[in-house]
Amino acid sequence: MTALAPTSIGVEPSGPRPRHITAGRIGIYAFLIIAALFFLLPLWVMVITSMKSMSEIRAGNIFALPMQPTLDYWVKAWSSACTGVSCNGLAPGFFNSLKITALSVPVSIVIAMINGYALSFWRFRGSELLFGILVFGAFVPFQVLIYPIIFALSRVGLFGTLPGIVIVHTIFGMPILTLLFRNFFASLPSELFKAARVDGAGFWRIFFWVMLPMSVPIAIVAVILQVTGIWNDFLFGLVFAGRENLPMTVQLNNIVRTSTGTVEYGTNMAATVLTGAVPLIVYFVSGKWFVRGIAAGAVKG
Amino acid sequence: MATSVEIKDLSLNYGSVKVLDRLNLDIAEGEFIVLLGPSGCGKSTLLNCIAGLLDVSDGQIHISGKNVTWEEPKDRGIGMVFQSYALYPQMTVEKNLSFGLRVARMPKAEIDSRVKRASEILQIEPLLNRKPVELSGGQRQRVAIGRALVRDVDVFLFDEPLSNLDAKLRNDLRVEIKRLHARLKNTMIYVTHDQIEAMTLADRIAIMKNGVIQQLADPHTIYNKPVNLFVAGFIGSPSMNFIKGDLQGATLSVDGQANIPLANYQFANQTNGASILGIRPEHILVGEDARKMPVQLESEIEIVEPMGADTVAWTKIAGQSLTFRAAAEVHLEPGQKVLIGFDPGRGSVFNVESGNRI
Repeated sequence: MTALAPTSIGVEPSGPRPRHITAGRIGIYAFLIIAALFFLLPLWVMVITSMKSMSEIRAGNIFALPMQPTLDYWVKAWSSACTGVSCNGLAPGFFNSLKITALSVPVSIVIAMINGYALSFWRFRGSELLFGILVFGAFVPFQVLIYPIIFALSRVGLFGTLPGIVIVHTIFGMPILTLLFRNFFASLPSELFKAARVDGAGFWRIFFWVMLPMSVPIAIVAVILQVTGIWNDFLFGLVFAGRENLPMTVQLNNIVRTSTGTVEYGTNMAATVLTGAVPLIVYFVSGKWFVRGIAAGAVKG
Repeated sequence: MATSVEIKDLSLNYGSVKVLDRLNLDIAEGEFIVLLGPSGCGKSTLLNCIAGLLDVSDGQIHISGKNVTWEEPKDRGIGMVFQSYALYPQMTVEKNLSFGLRVARMPKAEIDSRVKRASEILQIEPLLNRKPVELSGGQRQRVAIGRALVRDVDVFLFDEPLSNLDAKLRNDLRVEIKRLHARLKNTMIYVTHDQIEAMTLADRIAIMKNGVIQQLADPHTIYNKPVNLFVAGFIGSPSMNFIKGDLQGATLSVDGQANIPLANYQFANQTNGASILGIRPEHILVGEDARKMPVQLESEIEIVEPMGADTVAWTKIAGQSLTFRAAAEVHLEPGQKVLIGFDPGRGSVFNVESGNRI
């Protein structure tokens, strides 16, 4: 046994280790703060620009605070900006996006959850192959599928309708969501499933009474993924939703590109922030769950 | 006694891998059978087949006189207890116990009385409103047993129920399971790799290897008259001493250095040739006691392991390692020359080629 070496400050170690603020630590925090500010900068510029008058914007000092803050552009972006020929602002787009998201998210998640459950616990001949094909679907570029889907949907009269866009979102969400749920269910002990079978529960009862109550955390992750994904979608909305159901992203594009004389930067900025607000809020509120779910999906293959 | 579980020519293959190979097993009503073997021997697979959680490739399973080979688990009259407890985490203990009964749409009054009875037997009444996360390992396993109990079944299946518990709790619950069996008198089939559990609980032990039952007998017979080298080596700790030699008549010659006369040994099927004498460490005596034994040998102690209750010593005879168990009071130390002796009548002789007892 050797005696404990005294530390540089001449005290024998005992109790909790004293905390030191080192130069390295200060450096790390300084870097993190600067990085955060850097990434916040565009949002800052957008918000303040949306509150400036055109003359102030033309002055070119993009970081300066507005002299006379105004919310006129926000009101205009929401209710009276022109998208092509109609001048109703973003509001119709917002409600269209809301409809598409509110329908697509539950439909896709319920189907993916049942898929994942069946593929983990009710293995059948070819179930691994089916799962492989499903996951492979995640790597197929969207572009190659657009024309076949247009063709198929128009054959059944769903092209350019709300059910049509919901079906498209459900199909394209399937690979990643099934993977997420299958991996989650595969991480649950199989003995739990066996015990429920000995207790006489069947496919649906095990799903609703045993598995569903346990899968709340992963379901929240799936909701976040789908809400942000579907809200941010531009391509499918443009192609499949039809004139009546164009989502907010498509209408934002139309507002920004519709030029009647001068480019109204204030309106464009306000419209962009409004469109981005929903996923932004979702991330803020659910950051913890989101990270947890990504980790859960990644660990087990 | 009537037959409770009857397994006829049961086979299970995964592709070309034979996990169970034409296995036959008759279990009497009220019997406590332990399936014992190393991991991968097919014992859990057999239990899952009996429970109906795995489809068999061939053969039949009868429970309480009914052919249940194609029946669902719930229709087989079995209750099962799992190693990981497998309690439903979102349900309280009471809901866990009553889940199977609620699935079967049993009247509420009947469910209550059964849950009450099971929780009394297992002394888990104060826990009924708790969730599984709020329970200790031992309490969880009690609830898991309770879940099998409320179903009022003929046959209980245990899949290594004590393996996740610490040593002390394992002993306590082992005794409790034995008490439960004495009280309920159900047929119980218990899978374990722990030989102590097997020896203490079983009416009969089925020792398995590679999907085949090697020996099915009461613990005493398994311990004292193992049918082959595998069973002999698997049961007992420290394990049985194996002395290799050449058998001619009733004398085993060990490398020409020592001749051991196998006096008192009852040959069932005497075969000359390369043989192994198996003798348990506790059947080898040392010092004065050794002088009364038919076989006596001089040897030198190599290592001494005091266990508290007794002492295990390692030595060599004719170049082959040998352990023996001595009383704790006997003074032994490495390098010491001692006289050891044993009665071959208590040992087992195996033919090397077949591995079987002769």
